[in-house]
Amino acid sequence: METQVATFEVKAGLAQMLKGGVIMDVVTAEQAKIAENAGACAVMALERVPADIRAHGGVARMSDPGLIEDIMAAVSIPVMAKVRIGHFVEAQILEYLGVDYVDESEVLTPADEAHHINKHDFKIPFVCGCRNLGEALRRVGEGAAMIRTKGEAGTGDVVEAVRHARTVLGEIRRLQTMPEEELMAYAKDIQAPYDLVKQTKELGRLPVVNFAAGGLATPADAALMMQLGVDGVFVGSGIFKSGDPAKRAEAIVKATTHYNNPEILAEVSRNLGEPMVGRQVTDIPEAELIAQRGW
Amino acid sequence: MHIGVLALQGDFAEHLAAVARLGAATREVRLPADLNGLDGLIIPGGESTTIGKLAVDFGLIEPLQAFGREKAIWGTCAGAIFLSKDARRQQPLLGLMDITVERNAFGRQVQSFAASLHIPALATVDPGNAPMRVVFIRAPLIEEVSGNAEVLCTLEDGRIVAAQQGCLLATSFHPELSGDDRLHQYFLKLAGGA
Repeated sequence: METQVATFEVKAGLAQMLKGGVIMDVVTAEQAKIAENAGACAVMALERVPADIRAHGGVARMSDPGLIEDIMAAVSIPVMAKVRIGHFVEAQILEYLGVDYVDESEVLTPADEAHHINKHDFKIPFVCGCRNLGEALRRVGEGAAMIRTKGEAGTGDVVEAVRHARTVLGEIRRLQTMPEEELMAYAKDIQAPYDLVKQTKELGRLPVVNFAAGGLATPADAALMMQLGVDGVFVGSGIFKSGDPAKRAEAIVKATTHYNNPEILAEVSRNLGEPMVGRQVTDIPEAELIAQRGW
Repeated sequence: MHIGVLALQGDFAEHLAAVARLGAATREVRLPADLNGLDGLIIPGGESTTIGKLAVDFGLIEPLQAFGREKAIWGTCAGAIFLSKDARRQQPLLGLMDITVERNAFGRQVQSFAASLHIPALATVDPGNAPMRVVFIRAPLIEEVSGNAEVLCTLEDGRIVAAQQGCLLATSFHPELSGDDRLHQYFLKLAGGA
């Protein structure tokens, strides 16, 4: 029997298993256990959640391998970890450690201001952020097996997550009504590979799984993104920067499953304790916005 | 024929699409009442801990067990784990099938793979019965089959990747990702009582 590892189908396949689920940022093995017990479908292992990266300043890099290994040992669900945009050596290290997914993330300080990692070179799958269809398809062209809309990480303000999801999904809707002869000009216009533009039109969706991220803090935020049409959600600072992380994590998992059921959404939103404090995106100076990193 | 797909978490949309391609009516199942009137249920791939926890929290364990005693259920990957009576660790299980599974038996994502399998039972829906190309994603193995459960398919080295017990079906791989609908056809026959 012939078997093939690391095909695109196998890489994108894991993302398909994550759908309808919540991927949670965790900074310790204890938090990873709390996330798993709350029903997270995967965890993102990192040293500081985005809200702390914002507050701390300085250069944000890949986490300590020891921390990532502790988290991998603590849970049975998939473990993801972040590398800086363009930092293919950090990605080589994560591949060696055997993490299940690499997030080439704008939340860390970019290592390359022109190029992302050639993700086809790796056996492990990658997820990348996007703000619009062109950016999403450039990342898929480089080999990303999963996409997440960026939002504005570490803010607790969902407005950018909504903007980016509406942009991507709206562009796909317009693409579907576009006549064939306009696709090349459109691909040129949004700076995306022509074949992927064509494929997206045929599928009526991105060729890979698409989660929402960046600023989600409540069960209602998660359900909002699901109703807009994403496949699942990432929650970063929103859980472990809140008053009762275990309870909030569980509530967000339930809201992501029952995103169309207001009765359950009301029930799980009750008595959750303090949400993360949050910071309105419009109050943040443009130079400090994370979502604009990525090319 | 009405086929439900448990839609708590995972790749339920892919199963719904396969069942719809075969002409059966489909329904997403999230609460016990959604099971009413179904002829069969598919439990998709996903994270078995997530699916198990949500099934407990929304009162689905007993209704699913009652459903499985009368009707057809097919679990793929996480769904196979959920159907088993033993997964070698503490997590909610339906315990409907006499199989013992080992989670993530092949390792982490880097060890996930695609393979072509020969599944003898598929001859009932496809006389030619060409090998089926399927993917294994952080897949479980069926370590042991006992009681009334039977082996449906093994890898070349003999390790069990599919089992059947009456009209209950467990596969450690994902036919729903391959676009080859023959196992879905086989399941629809089970659900229809054929």
